[in-house]
Amino acid sequence: MSRFLRLVARDLRLALRQGSDATIAVMFFVLCVVLFPFGVGPEPNILARIAAGVIWVAALLASLLSLERLFQTDYEDGSLELLSLSPLPLEAAVLAKTLAHWLVTGVPLIVAAPLLAVLLNMDAEGFGVLVLTLTLGTPILSLIGAIGAALTLGARRGGVLLSLLILPLYIPVLIFGAGAIDAAINGLTPRPHLLLLAGILAAALPLAPWAGAAALRQAVE
Amino acid sequence: MPVFAGSELTCLRGDRLVFTGLEFRIAPGGALVLLGPNGSGKSSLLRVMAGLLKPLRGTLDWDGVPVSEDPDGHRSRVQYVGHLDAVKPVLTAAENLAFWAALAGAADPAANARAALDRLGVPHIAGVPGRYLSAGQKRRLNLARLLAAPATLWLLDEPTVALDRAAIALFEGLIAEHRAQGGMVVLSTHTDIATPGGEELHLDEFAPYADDEEAGDEDHEEEGAAP
Repeated sequence: MSRFLRLVARDLRLALRQGSDATIAVMFFVLCVVLFPFGVGPEPNILARIAAGVIWVAALLASLLSLERLFQTDYEDGSLELLSLSPLPLEAAVLAKTLAHWLVTGVPLIVAAPLLAVLLNMDAEGFGVLVLTLTLGTPILSLIGAIGAALTLGARRGGVLLSLLILPLYIPVLIFGAGAIDAAINGLTPRPHLLLLAGILAAALPLAPWAGAAALRQAVE
Repeated sequence: MPVFAGSELTCLRGDRLVFTGLEFRIAPGGALVLLGPNGSGKSSLLRVMAGLLKPLRGTLDWDGVPVSEDPDGHRSRVQYVGHLDAVKPVLTAAENLAFWAALAGAADPAANARAALDRLGVPHIAGVPGRYLSAGQKRRLNLARLLAAPATLWLLDEPTVALDRAAIALFEGLIAEHRAQGGMVVLSTHTDIATPGGEELHLDEFAPYADDEEAGDEDHEEEGAAP
């Protein structure tokens, strides 16, 4: 097994044994969406109209929840120093930890989303695209979030700072994610939105680990 | 024969000059003991040697080649033991150790981990989750990393903290064995660790000219460090 996969496996095992991160993210996601019918009122057409946006905003917030801890525990117990001294390049380590984070917190969101779409009376036309946009979008959230988590490492109240830093960067993902679903529901093609999302993912995949590793090197000095 | 050497090393932490014009040289089988009062830069020097910290000035050479030209190669020959034990509370001791061995490229990390725990005299903690380990056991687990993931250059920052007498003696034996095989050891310590034939490096000799305020600080810290 390669070093990269070893690190992914370790982080998955840690998440599984601690058990909280994955369930907290998905519970928060569900509760956040469930609040909307109470606040907006149970009229089906209003809910159907806002479903795509609500689900996407809730997904953004849910993925933010556990980001703060992405590097925090490794930083505090000294593992990060050892990781940065290991033969595995730090960029690859950041990518591995981000991948594990996405598997633990992003994938459950994708699974839960269609259920919430039913709850919000979303048009069935949009279901497939909803899952597709989340599949493309949640890895971007984890990748961009990893940069923020690395930058705010060691800062006091890092979680709040992280949200302020990262949420504005999530806006394009939100626009194209929700836009693709709306397009599909209104009988238009979601293709351009999906392509743009895929483009952002393709850019974030090399850039985020690189930027994150640079920030981590600063942090371990 | 590889030689690890540093010349004209200057280290800045925050806006304080920690040491300046520092020189050292370690040959295979050599040991370098870093001595000096608290705050004299022992940990900083070890972090510079590991590559965690960039020196403000000066160069580190491995066999005449600057380390900055071959950072990947340097990482593969260094094992660093810092103040933090890097033990995950939910992983067992053996899992913790096997992960680092695997990351260093061991062929059979689980076997390496078991053998290393045996050598450190704590085979019984293999299945114990990190959160139930005592400070001394965590330290032994961290030191076991040196055996589970072998490297030429050991950088040890106060390695015997929390260790009992028997463990210190055991650890001295491991250092001697490592050196006999041509390994190099750099360690900082406030207690006595037997390193026969090892050189001593007094970091206070490389302290930059200090103004009155800083001199006062150092005096104060020296009192704290007195055995």
